[in-house]
Amino acid sequence: MEPLIAVTAIFALALLAPQTSRLLAHRAGWLLSLLPFGLFAWMASLSPAVNADPPKWNQPWVPEIGLNLAFRLDGLALLFGLLITGIGGLVLVYAGEYMKGDPRAGRLLSFLLFFMGSMLGVVLADNLILLFVFWELTSVSSFLLIGFNSDEEGSRRGAVQALVVTGGGGLALLAGLVWMGQAAQTFEVSNLPSLASHPAYTGLFALVAIGCFTKSAQFPFHFWLPNAMKAPTPVSAYLHSATMVKAGVYLLARLSPTLGGTQPWEVTLTAVGGATMVVGGGLALIQHDLKRILAYTTVGALGTLVLTLGIGGEKAAGAAMAFLLAHALYKGAMFLVAGAVDHGTGTRDIRVLSGLAKQMPVTGFAALLAGLSMLGVAPMGFLAKEMAFEATLSSPLAVAQAGALSLAAVAFAWVAFVVGWRIFRGAPSQPDAHEGSPGLWLGPMVLGLLGVGLGCAPAWLEGFVGVAAASSVLPGYSGHWSLWHGFNLALGLGVACIALGLIGARASDRAVAWGTSIKGAIGCERAYEAAFAGARRIAETFTTMVQSGRLRAYLQTTIGTTLVLLAAAMLRWTPELPDHVFDIRPHEALLLVAMLAGVIGAAHSKSRLSAVVILGVVGFGVALTYVLLGAPDLAMTQIAVEILTVILFVLTFIHLPKFQRTSSVATRLGDALVATVFGAAMGFLCLMASARQFGEPVSAYFVENSYPLAHGRNIVNVVLVDFRGLDTMGEITVLALAGLGVVALWSAKRSGGGASTR
Amino acid sequence: MVGQAVGRWRIYSVILASVARAMLPLLLVFSLFLLWRGHNDPGGGFTGGLVAAAGFALYAMAFQPRSVRRVIRVDLRTLMGTGLLCAAVAGVIGLAQGKPFMTGVWISWHGPEGIAVEIGTPFLFDVGVYLVVLSVTLSIILSKAEER
Repeated sequence: MEPLIAVTAIFALALLAPQTSRLLAHRAGWLLSLLPFGLFAWMASLSPAVNADPPKWNQPWVPEIGLNLAFRLDGLALLFGLLITGIGGLVLVYAGEYMKGDPRAGRLLSFLLFFMGSMLGVVLADNLILLFVFWELTSVSSFLLIGFNSDEEGSRRGAVQALVVTGGGGLALLAGLVWMGQAAQTFEVSNLPSLASHPAYTGLFALVAIGCFTKSAQFPFHFWLPNAMKAPTPVSAYLHSATMVKAGVYLLARLSPTLGGTQPWEVTLTAVGGATMVVGGGLALIQHDLKRILAYTTVGALGTLVLTLGIGGEKAAGAAMAFLLAHALYKGAMFLVAGAVDHGTGTRDIRVLSGLAKQMPVTGFAALLAGLSMLGVAPMGFLAKEMAFEATLSSPLAVAQAGALSLAAVAFAWVAFVVGWRIFRGAPSQPDAHEGSPGLWLGPMVLGLLGVGLGCAPAWLEGFVGVAAASSVLPGYSGHWSLWHGFNLALGLGVACIALGLIGARASDRAVAWGTSIKGAIGCERAYEAAFAGARRIAETFTTMVQSGRLRAYLQTTIGTTLVLLAAAMLRWTPELPDHVFDIRPHEALLLVAMLAGVIGAAHSKSRLSAVVILGVVGFGVALTYVLLGAPDLAMTQIAVEILTVILFVLTFIHLPKFQRTSSVATRLGDALVATVFGAAMGFLCLMASARQFGEPVSAYFVENSYPLAHGRNIVNVVLVDFRGLDTMGEITVLALAGLGVVALWSAKRSGGGASTR
Repeated sequence: MVGQAVGRWRIYSVILASVARAMLPLLLVFSLFLLWRGHNDPGGGFTGGLVAAAGFALYAMAFQPRSVRRVIRVDLRTLMGTGLLCAAVAGVIGLAQGKPFMTGVWISWHGPEGIAVEIGTPFLFDVGVYLVVLSVTLSIILSKAEER
């Protein structure tokens, strides 16, 4: 079960990260990164095995519902796994240095590892439900990381927005996956048959697609990704560019053999992907914040990936994998560069950044490498772009798709020029700019170099992971990866886009100025906000309607509802009372009278304290009844509870004003009526229940087995701690949580903040 | 402390203080007794925890809520967590032996003259119940009492 151990180890390391950070300060990331790098090496060493026959692991978890801890390392999982661990390791090093001196560094590292384990789980899982569990964990960790600076309103808003969008999509996905598992009669991903002609195809495809589109920020759900940029930069580089946002792409790729090749698939994916590509690329051009620029181009790149998956076929499958790799490398590097620039200058505004190359030469070089790859000039980027263009040109809708891709490519070239070249050239504008420590330039440098280097050996790349990954998308893939395809249309389009992008970038200032003049939410985000505000208004209206804040109203509602439901059920019964109802012994009658007197006295008392004391009579009467009926455990508990209740009442009364009778006689009579009817109904119910036998009582079993099985003669206790111990465990957990809540409320009130007292 | 105005706790009664000081250890021993015998005779962790909480509540009334916290030394939240942990561990021990979660595991010792001691995971579970009930009840009472 190596994959399970790997994922568990990362989660365990996440728990240790805060301590490590305390001990090693900003160097903690270096130590923590050893685990992901080790896993990287392990997975890389499995590459030959993956190419031959993907290894699988299976361990039953909840077999009744088809939920197994099943994992599989095929080409697609290998490609993602290497990105997750490799980039993850670099990001840990980077994050440690980035957060230098910040006491929350340990928490950031911990969350990053938590995400890493979840994401690795997503790509390794070979069970639909297991995959979904990890999928949701990535959403949760993403929420925690976006909202990391929780004292900033924007961070909180971005975090909630991302969670609502991806979590909402997750609900659709869950339904889709369950439906898919039922339609396919297996939850094992590697055993899924093609469902293209299944009657439920349209429905389950739509649900799965919504899940994938929200996760991968596809139009019209793309708006959450730029807002997620409130997260610390290492997070943006890792989650919101290289890995997590690709989870949707991953799942679409993974399910291509199952759901792909149909008309709905092709139309939906190419349309959504194409729209996302153009929207993302276009919006990137009018941003001035480095990270938002990169975020929008990421949206565009995700659109490209979905588009290629939608086209299908040999060329598109290869293109998707090559572009995935290229994008993860150059975009990860660019985000890390943006973080280093922010760290070195204190700003990410491209309008004021220039001439950084002299002060930050290493970062500048890394940015240049990444920029060349993004531009499509450096080998890896060139390879990916060539393959993508050829894929679109091979499709029946070549004109529209290649046209959309060209628009996006122009935007990418434009941005590559601005981020990779322009801010580093010209006269230095930031006198304080300085190069960061090695941890801050190692990541971008390694990713940048890989982005250039890997493309130089396309044949090796193809044999190492390329073919294996593409054959997960398209079984039997036999494409060939090479840099030079001769002078053809794809090459021509690529060159033209670069040229147009570089020319367009001269107008960057004007585009940014125009973009800056747009204030507030627009388009899809405005729709989201309207829906969010609407839901809130409905909730508010409903709450004010239901929550009157008056204790009497609550009690009357609760009791009234119970009574109505009870009456409805009891009317269908033939009343039937146990034989010995009126078989009351004298001392029992005496006790009853005493308790009744207590009840009446309490209702009539003129002070709270005496009311409580008189109510105590009732409580002790109940305890005595337990004793008479042979339940000493209950009696003892009742007495103890009675004592503690009185204490709590007394402690509360200290703070209350003097007791006054403000209700009218009519109200009080009404209350009395409700109380009496309710009491009578409950009593009647008890009698009826004891007269009826609904089935074999369990008490016989308890009596019989209490000593032989559970080594205890006190059946009540054995039931509590053994036979029904799980219930008790739930109860004490609830009790502890309630206790913490009460204490927190009181201390919040003491310190004068938070809790309102109505 | 005599006659000092400390929050609402202005009254210091020598009689109450003496009684509380004497009763606290007695009540605690009694609560442990209830806990220990619970498996075979009336008692158990729930009742035991409540009795112990009542003992501390008495002490808090005679002195101050603060002095109860001082006597207990451990943060009540830690105590809650410890209780839950005990219960969880009691459940996991069975799991570790390859049986379903919460399966009771017993060890017994038979001494001379027919003396036999049996102890099992349900007792550990009951200890957890005792600790949670005690700490939750007490922390509610104390935070209420500390309110100014």
